Amino acid sequence: MSDLDAAAPWSPQQSVADLLRQRREQIAQRWADLPLFRSVFTVTRDEAVEAAQSVADALVVVAASGRVDDIEASGFDSVRTQIGRMSAARSRAGLSVGRVAGEVAALKDAVVELLTAELAGAPVEHQHAAVLYAAELLSTLRLVAMQTMFNEGQELINRQRQQLMEVATPVIKLWHGVVAVPLIGTLDSARSQVVMENLLDAIVAQQARVAILDVTGVATVDTLVAQHLLKTVASARLMGAECIITGIRPAIAQTIVQLGIDLSDVATRSTLADALGYALDQGGLQVRRTDGRTVSAGESR
Amino acid sequence: MSDFPVIPVGDVLLVSIQGELHDALAVRLQESVTTAVQRRSARGVIIDISAVDMVDSYLGRILAEIAGCSRLLGADTVVVGMRPAVAITLVELGLTLPELRTARTVTDAAAVLGVAMPITDTASSGADRRGAR
Repeated sequence: MSDLDAAAPWSPQQSVADLLRQRREQIAQRWADLPLFRSVFTVTRDEAVEAAQSVADALVVVAASGRVDDIEASGFDSVRTQIGRMSAARSRAGLSVGRVAGEVAALKDAVVELLTAELAGAPVEHQHAAVLYAAELLSTLRLVAMQTMFNEGQELINRQRQQLMEVATPVIKLWHGVVAVPLIGTLDSARSQVVMENLLDAIVAQQARVAILDVTGVATVDTLVAQHLLKTVASARLMGAECIITGIRPAIAQTIVQLGIDLSDVATRSTLADALGYALDQGGLQVRRTDGRTVSAGESR
Repeated sequence: MSDFPVIPVGDVLLVSIQGELHDALAVRLQESVTTAVQRRSARGVIIDISAVDMVDSYLGRILAEIAGCSRLLGADTVVVGMRPAVAITLVELGLTLPELRTARTVTDAAAVLGVAMPITDTASSGADRRGAR
């Protein structure tokens, strides 16, 4: 029987927590040499040691609480930002999520080694239980790291998607009863949906007779994009507005024809100005010069 | 259940659909419209669906059928004030209804039918006011 048992009933939980607390400095020194810390804190080694210590402190809390298999354990909260920042830095350096997770898992070696040395005189079952406990704790740490990386990636994507939606779909009133949407960039399903809804809402709000979809800024057109354009045109027509597509560039016109997309039911004009002229015409309006000179062919339409 | 108000305005019949239009009601709508077209020898039918916020493929077909029947009886049909969500649903269902004529407001529809509406623009249709809301 060891001294440990005399003080209190032995538990792997207490044993691992004690080790992490007592050997905090030693563990942090060893962790600081691992690629995970070394490559993130490049300026001074002290910084890396300090970061490693804070991770070790968090692990002490979790180990003592006994919730080593719970990634929501409160002890991990303090380390989540730390781990998140390090993992983000590692992914920016071009490492895959799997590689970063592997680097986090490498923290286990130092702990297990020290633990084995510490419990050299203890019963075998104690050794096993403690090592298992420590391994579980560090596996959970790895999960926390992966979850943090995943969440951050997801947040970034959501933020950018939101930004894209915001900048991409203004509906402009060109004249009474004439609205236009200049489409820019790549059209995917989600964006096309937003464009469609915005345009249709604008048709109701502005009582528009003519809606113009300007695709001058659209880089490429594939069958899916064409499908969305056709749907928008059909919906606008059902609502009682005529939809005109303008700004189809020669290269895109060629693609559309080569893909065999039938746009014959859709009114098209080469430029937005042409479409506006057509819309004014339909509304019985005419553009007139005030100085009495005749309107040149280019200006009349 | 009341019948649909089919309001004769000059040569044109004005039909306003209020509330949900379920299948049995849709059939009744078709009957009342075609009967009224025949009795009044109307030249045009304007169906205001700005109050309809849900459709299925059946209603889409009914609208197209009313237009078809009316045409046989000598009247053109214009559907007015369709909501965006309704239009999107119909298109997603594959019902682009190419033979159906549409307009944004009753005034526009009258222009499509080639008749002058004896009503001023400001009070022209429920679609106007509802649309602006």
